Amino acid sequence: MAIIIDENTNVLVMGITGRQASFHTKQMLAYGTKIVAGCTPGKGGQEVEGIPVYNTVREACEKHRIDASVIFVPAPGTKDAAIENLEAGVKVVVIITEGVPVYDEIDIVAYAKRKGAYVLGPNTFGIVSGGKCKMGIPPNQYFVEGDIGVVARSGTLTYEIVGNLTANGLGQSTVVGMGGDRAVGLTFVDVLEMFEKDDQTKAVVLIGEIGGNSEEIASEYIKDMTKPVVAFIAGKSAPPGKRMGHAGAIIERGKGTYQGKVDALNAAGAKVAPLPYQVPALIKEALGRE
Amino acid sequence: MKLFEYMGKELFAKYGIPTPQGRMAKTPEEAEKIAAEIGGPCVVKSQVLSGKRGKAGGIKFPNTPEEAKKAAEEVLGMTIQGLPVECVLVEEKLKIDKELYMSITIDGSAKQAVMIASAYGGMEIEAQPEEYIIKRHIDPELGMLPFFARDIVNRMGFGLRSEHGKQMIGIIQTLYKICKEKDAELVEINPLVFSDDKVMAADSKVTIDDDAMFRMKDIPFVDDKSPAERAAADLGLSFVELEGDIAVMANGAGITMGTLDTLQVFGGTPRNFLDCGGGTGREATAKALDILLGLEPKGLFVNIFGGITRCDDVANAVKDVYEARGGFPVPLVIRLVGTNQDAGREILKSIGVEAFDFMEDAARRIIELVK
Repeated sequence: MAIIIDENTNVLVMGITGRQASFHTKQMLAYGTKIVAGCTPGKGGQEVEGIPVYNTVREACEKHRIDASVIFVPAPGTKDAAIENLEAGVKVVVIITEGVPVYDEIDIVAYAKRKGAYVLGPNTFGIVSGGKCKMGIPPNQYFVEGDIGVVARSGTLTYEIVGNLTANGLGQSTVVGMGGDRAVGLTFVDVLEMFEKDDQTKAVVLIGEIGGNSEEIASEYIKDMTKPVVAFIAGKSAPPGKRMGHAGAIIERGKGTYQGKVDALNAAGAKVAPLPYQVPALIKEALGRE
Repeated sequence: MKLFEYMGKELFAKYGIPTPQGRMAKTPEEAEKIAAEIGGPCVVKSQVLSGKRGKAGGIKFPNTPEEAKKAAEEVLGMTIQGLPVECVLVEEKLKIDKELYMSITIDGSAKQAVMIASAYGGMEIEAQPEEYIIKRHIDPELGMLPFFARDIVNRMGFGLRSEHGKQMIGIIQTLYKICKEKDAELVEINPLVFSDDKVMAADSKVTIDDDAMFRMKDIPFVDDKSPAERAAADLGLSFVELEGDIAVMANGAGITMGTLDTLQVFGGTPRNFLDCGGGTGREATAKALDILLGLEPKGLFVNIFGGITRCDDVANAVKDVYEARGGFPVPLVIRLVGTNQDAGREILKSIGVEAFDFMEDAARRIIELVK
């Protein structure tokens, strides 16, 4: 199975004619993603990597079944682009763009909820269902099919850990990037619930970081899960009061600390790896594999 | 971006929230002039982006223009929590009958803005008992409806038709309007005061969303960063200075944190946090490396797992810096994998640098080299 996207997902690339988007369209196609359309206002009729470009999402939806869109447009136009896709009825919208104003994010997330759609991001690397479909920007070669679900706030750290999983013979069912910003579409609990129900997934890796309380909330759900969870939390060495890149990654007034998160996860029965490369061994231990 | 108190109050006044009479002064003479205009007891408040101004002696209560001049002289020379005082706010001294608290901020887990209020103010909101704190999330599709404001005032224990109550209902709605129109991630009035029958903002704390600065042309720019942080911010990079000896560049906030954690676990100490992710190009990456070398670290550790970041861009940046400086002044260790990794490694080879495959091996190596 896999969650959210698979080999049958028809994908639209929003802003497909841009430098980053066209580069990653090529990479996604190489991964096997079924990209059926692109959209850039005013560039309808062109082609990128053989993919037809439309002026509006509505027009693309008239010609193709669009199951999911991946958005590469610059931050000032991201809200507009995301709502255009949601309004057209696209049920999975993956927003790669960084630096989106927080009130725009709040509006996007609220509108998606009304439309019953999933939003990943903003500021996400995207989502990969191992060997089937990739939407976003991760490097292809590290993401292979298997039975480990991965859910993360942060991008490159996920590549690091997925790279370690793959090198140790642990492929992935789906790797989900929720996004590093404050107001993103999914929560750890949303994704953990999907992994818990997914037949292909046998264990889950949760990649969190200091700041906020989403790992603590996730711990409450992990208590009731039947599948093992292994976590890595970034920011062990971060001093309080310093924002570590992501909007949410800051220890304020003693809240959102590394130790607080580790304690909550341990109490819920999840194992926490002190360093990224130690994740595969803990997964193998939990699954009783050599 | 945080605004100075006087800027926040100017914003409040523009939106019709009452503030004390007065304005900002950069010299003792200006302070004297403003005090003379007010014509009575004043407050001279240091303008720095930090709390605890009162405790540091940065707030004075002169009774005459002459005293105001002297107070400004003292305060303008001060440094509060490492920040030099470059201007003061001179205001009428309010008669304060009661202090309250009001703010709107972003609640990331609820994905909504949240109004926080308390009938007790003047102290930090975190110091208040939970039962005094009133919270109300604001559904973005509804906005701040009048009854939300009435509900908050009612729960604070004030009559909806009282003079104070009516003004508070207006202020609550205005605060949300400011948040939305000015992309403020925090608007705080602490204390909001009752002065006779008036309700006034006696202080202001406003933080504008950095990501929204492109559409905030009328907000003056406030520089709240160190020179190195400013240089990095100008490149669009996120940078934090720390106290160790290994300068670190990685791509992505999470992996940068993970890199610092790894160094620390193996006995190294990072000099900084620098995230050059998100498709930072060759030129900006080279400039970022220059910023790091400017910190005079004992070693430089670059950890790249390329997604949107291309390994060849990073390698070319390293090469550019290498060539411009005729070599690196300190040991350099690079871990380089991901998008365009082979091309990147070829470029590094041309300047005699061998890239590592694994973060852990590379981290151990740089720690060895700086010892």
